[in-house]
Amino acid sequence: MAEILVLAEHDGETVKKVTCELLTLARRFGEPSVVWTGPGAEAGKERLAEFGAATVYVAADEDLDSYVVAPKAELLAKLVAAKSPAAVLVASTAEGREIAGRLAIKTGSGLITDAVDLGEGMVAEQSIFGGAIVVQSKVTTGTPIVAVRPNAVAPEPAPGQAQVENVTVDVSDAAKGAQVTDRVVQERGERPELTEASIVVSGGRGVGGADNFALIEKLADSLGAAVGASRAATDAGWYPHQFQVGQTGKTVSPQLYLAVGISGAIQHRAGMQTSKTIMVINKDPEAPIFELADFGVVGDLFQVVPQLTEEITKRGQG
Amino acid sequence: MNIVVCMKQVPDTWSERKLRSADSTLDRDAADGVMNELDEYAVEEGLRLAEAHGGEVTILTMGPQKAAESIRKALSMGADKAVHLLDDALAGSDALATSAALAAALGRIEFDLVILGSESTDARMGVMAAMLSERLGLPQLSFASKVEIHGTDITINRQADYGYDQVKASLPAIVSVVEKINEPRYPSFKGIMAAKKKPVETLSAADLGLDAGQVGLGAAATEVVSFADRPPRQAGTVVKDEGDGGVKAADFLAAQKFI
Ligand SMILES: Cc1cc2nc3c(=O)[nH]c(=O)nc-3n(C[C@H](O)[C@H](O)[C@H](O)COP(=O)(O)OP(=O)(O)OC[C@H]3O[C@@H](n4cnc5c(N)ncnc54)[C@H](O)[C@@H]3O)c2cc1C
Ligand SMILES: Nc1ncnc2c1ncn2[C@@H]1O[C@H](COP(=O)(O)O)[C@@H](O)[C@H]1O
Repeated sequence: MAEILVLAEHDGETVKKVTCELLTLARRFGEPSVVWTGPGAEAGKERLAEFGAATVYVAADEDLDSYVVAPKAELLAKLVAAKSPAAVLVASTAEGREIAGRLAIKTGSGLITDAVDLGEGMVAEQSIFGGAIVVQSKVTTGTPIVAVRPNAVAPEPAPGQAQVENVTVDVSDAAKGAQVTDRVVQERGERPELTEASIVVSGGRGVGGADNFALIEKLADSLGAAVGASRAATDAGWYPHQFQVGQTGKTVSPQLYLAVGISGAIQHRAGMQTSKTIMVINKDPEAPIFELADFGVVGDLFQVVPQLTEEITKRGQG
Repeated sequence: MNIVVCMKQVPDTWSERKLRSADSTLDRDAADGVMNELDEYAVEEGLRLAEAHGGEVTILTMGPQKAAESIRKALSMGADKAVHLLDDALAGSDALATSAALAAALGRIEFDLVILGSESTDARMGVMAAMLSERLGLPQLSFASKVEIHGTDITINRQADYGYDQVKASLPAIVSVVEKINEPRYPSFKGIMAAKKKPVETLSAADLGLDAGQVGLGAAATEVVSFADRPPRQAGTVVKDEGDGGVKAADFLAAQKFI
């Protein structure tokens, strides 16, 4: 069966959900092999087996993480040359796309980013121009390289061997040009990661201040959701930038997106329009975000949000 | 220190954007063209670094005739000159071909630093900095929220999901910037007048030593099979809060099995 390479996203021990999604997609076209960079493969292996990984290529070399992107692309290029896979799938994150971009040049292959589905003949579906147009496209040259948006498909388990095979790569000097000298990790607490979460609650300018974001956080916590923010809110310094949803922030595709005090500018929509269900709380009935709403409440968020949070908590206990 | 800023003209995000039915490429005539908003930050950073360290800022654009308007804007902001890759043979280039053309142009320019935006608002790939650094074998310093230069040492903060990485390299290097890095200036009246006299060099694919097999729609390594307008979302239910908005919202969530 054709081999499909899947680049794992992990935090050194736990496999991210998006990798299970990629494995689920890969199984449509062949037998998935995972490429694991850095430590933690032993710990992560079990989950990879659960989602059908036949092989896990483990490259534990520290150089892979000490330099920006380029070494990982060299590793993948080496595996592509050695294994001739039918396709390479990566997560469509900022770094995933960059690795894919370099790999496309190294292998002379076509690249598709931000795919939301992969069908027959490896035709990728993309949602472009802020979600207004749906495009089907495919790679016609080389080994198809596809970056898939997190939450594109529901991960489905199917057993695999997850046979570990250690691989090495001699990182070239050219790939060592940009050295990571320090990694600054900012706390995100217990909440799920924004791009992976099945529910996202976002606050905008309507929230009115940094302190008021506690309201958004409480609502999010009652649902086990991640917290997002519009650019107006992050620009004002009410919520950290890494939680910005939209064109220049994260693209999210959760089961449920709650937009609170957000008007729905095209740049914000670009980051959330493919959410499955959208709920809106806004006091202005003319706000364009209502065009997307499966359910909307026209009202003051300072009234509606606490009541909703209380209701959810109450029903959860009942 | 000589700086090249890669700038793309894109259809205005606020206008309606369309694909051409004949060849599934972006209909660049249908919408107003503007400088990619994210490249404004790249131009601004280039100008600031040149002001601090001396040297010239060159704008590099690949795009149709109309892109000249956006080049003017960058020159009005204060850039010194521009190179415009203009050729029908380049039209329809995908990311691979675009990077080949930009890399070929960079091969003809003397620079210490190349600055890009973090992504273009039409293609939204965010791959060009990585691709140029791959092609040119130069350090990739992408998604910078801060850039510092001392002599030939350059350090950036690279924005990431978890916070940021501090990254160092030696010039020459390829940088892309995120919109948190600065506040782009508006062109002044003086700047607009001065821009009219600034040199813009136009180069064809042949000037770059590229042939039709390497660039343009024909060389694309990907193909659009079909496209369609997103079916409109089914109109949802909107209720006015009469003191029970939160309860009604909870009812909806319960009906959808979210709670
Ligand atoms: C290049 C570029 C990139 C951009 N990228 C992004 C991006 O990634 N993400 C993003 O979000 N934006 C982005 N923007 C900005 C975008 O254009 C909008 O300015 C921004 O999304 C507006 O944020 P907002 O909806 O929170 O604020 P506003 O548009 O001011 O809307 C606030 C809303 O809150 C409502 N409201 C106020 N008070 C209450 C209350 N008490 N109760 C209920 N509702 C209330 C108001 O009715 C209003 O609808 C970008 C812009 C540019 C030019
Ligand atoms: N045709 C082009 N001409 C000049 N610069 C470009 C072009 N296309 C992309 N770029 C640069 O590459 C960045 C990222 O674009 P992209 O990878 O298309 O999202 C942009 O912000 C520009 O700085």
